[in-house]
Amino acid sequence: MKRVYVNEEWCLGCHLCEYNCAFANSGMKDMAAALKDKKIFPRIHVEGDDKITFAVSCRHCEDPICVKSCIAGAISKQDGVVKIDRSKCVGCLTCILVCPYGALALGENGTMQKCELCLQNSCGEPACVKGCPNKAIVYEERGEAE
Amino acid sequence: MKKYVIIGNGTAAVGCIEGIRSVDQTGEITVISSEDHHVYSRPLISYYLEGKTDLQKMKYRGDGFYADNGCKVLYGKTAKSINAKSKTVVLDGGEKIKYDELCVAAGSRPFVPPFEGLDTVTQKFSFMTLDDAMSLEKALDKDSRVLIVGAGLIGLKCAEGIAGRVKDITVCDLAGRVLSSILDDDCAATVQKHLEDNGLKFLLADSVTKFDKNTAYMKSGKTVEFDILVLAVGVRANSEIVKDAGGNVNRGIIINTKAETSLPHIYAAGDCAEGYDASIGSNRVLAILPNAYMQGHTAGVNMAGGDSEFGCAIPMNSIGFFGLHIMSAGSYDGQMTEEKADGALKRFFIRDGVLKGFMLIGETERAGIYTSLIREKTPLCSINFELAEKIISNLIFSQNVRRKRFGGVV
Repeated sequence: MKRVYVNEEWCLGCHLCEYNCAFANSGMKDMAAALKDKKIFPRIHVEGDDKITFAVSCRHCEDPICVKSCIAGAISKQDGVVKIDRSKCVGCLTCILVCPYGALALGENGTMQKCELCLQNSCGEPACVKGCPNKAIVYEERGEAE
Repeated sequence: MKKYVIIGNGTAAVGCIEGIRSVDQTGEITVISSEDHHVYSRPLISYYLEGKTDLQKMKYRGDGFYADNGCKVLYGKTAKSINAKSKTVVLDGGEKIKYDELCVAAGSRPFVPPFEGLDTVTQKFSFMTLDDAMSLEKALDKDSRVLIVGAGLIGLKCAEGIAGRVKDITVCDLAGRVLSSILDDDCAATVQKHLEDNGLKFLLADSVTKFDKNTAYMKSGKTVEFDILVLAVGVRANSEIVKDAGGNVNRGIIINTKAETSLPHIYAAGDCAEGYDASIGSNRVLAILPNAYMQGHTAGVNMAGGDSEFGCAIPMNSIGFFGLHIMSAGSYDGQMTEEKADGALKRFFIRDGVLKGFMLIGETERAGIYTSLIREKTPLCSINFELAEKIISNLIFSQNVRRKRFGGVV
């Protein structure tokens, strides 16, 4: 299946992916209205220092430990995509405790949120990738780890 | 067609069902459920009292779960005995059920010490099941004074769950600190202060010597007047059914990394089982939800003829109280290092060049990276652990490792 992959050599550290993510998941039509002067809660996060930067989001693992560990049964894997039912989440953060990639973070209402590849929102494909100015993140099929 | 029987209807049972179905889509699955409820998330009963979830949302799997997986559920039935020779489970009503493969996922029950005068207390509750939570909810009101015996995970989550609905809460514990099973003295003190700031009162290193109706007489000489008593002292594994059938039992039903008991065709999983704990290198009851699911899943796959092993179990907990998040994992047997900043406290335990355990209070972002260092026994010399202690991120790995993590299928 297609997933989001990172080419860290190309990452400029511009954080545009975070803004595009937050906007795509805001349900709003106007980016400025959705994000301006607000604390944003993106599902992709740029990590790094002054030399290296890269964007981290859910890996949609083959055998996701978050699904098996969620105490509320809120995380499931459907057609390869790891999804969260935020109405069931109680914000215990067990998924943060088990995700080896550090890919999950709390949302604005104290429940967890995660990358679901924008398949259900208005973007329809990962907004982070679509808006990346330097192809530092790509959305494609890849086989075994390189 | 194989006949699968599962004793229990909790998280381990769900893991088992999903494990079986990942291999065998047609075998017959019978679930024996003492509790008269669709499978629900046990740890959510405190959130239910707090109003953060409801009976529908706290179902661990959706309404169609059993039907979709072709399971027959016997609600309100309890397994009384197992005959391993005839491969039969006998229910409380005398009904016999034949199995080809059996999984015992019977959970645990509250341990109630023999307190003097406990029989004079009319409003007393355990805090393990949904029925416990609903009975407690009926008994309490805004004027209730509550005494909770046990400052562990169960007692304190109960306290948080009802804090906004009662007059006051006192928590006592024989141990000198809160959460004594997962925190050391300093970390516990930080958490205790936060709990006190949120209105809880503590009597630690103290115990009840006698109850007389609405009064608890403490060993220290103090007395506590209460309307409602919650007993959260500890739990015991429901392992007798396997012991009586001739299986090996210690503090729980002894299983190997394939979730097999010592009896053929009988598996066990979850809080009733004592499986391999990779953090100490020997068997231990790890009564945590992720472990229950993974043991159950392993059992299910193997029951159905697949090949699954679960050898990387470690203790771990993520728990929050009144907005303060606490995480712990692994063992604390090692050299301790500490990071403090802005009300956050992080402690790491290192031995033989690998991370063995940690406690995190108030700073928990990306903590799963720490957990993976424990599970994978990553040599700390291969990463930037100095940085990891301060700010955990994927920057601690080499570029090559990051390329594998974020450039390939994982």
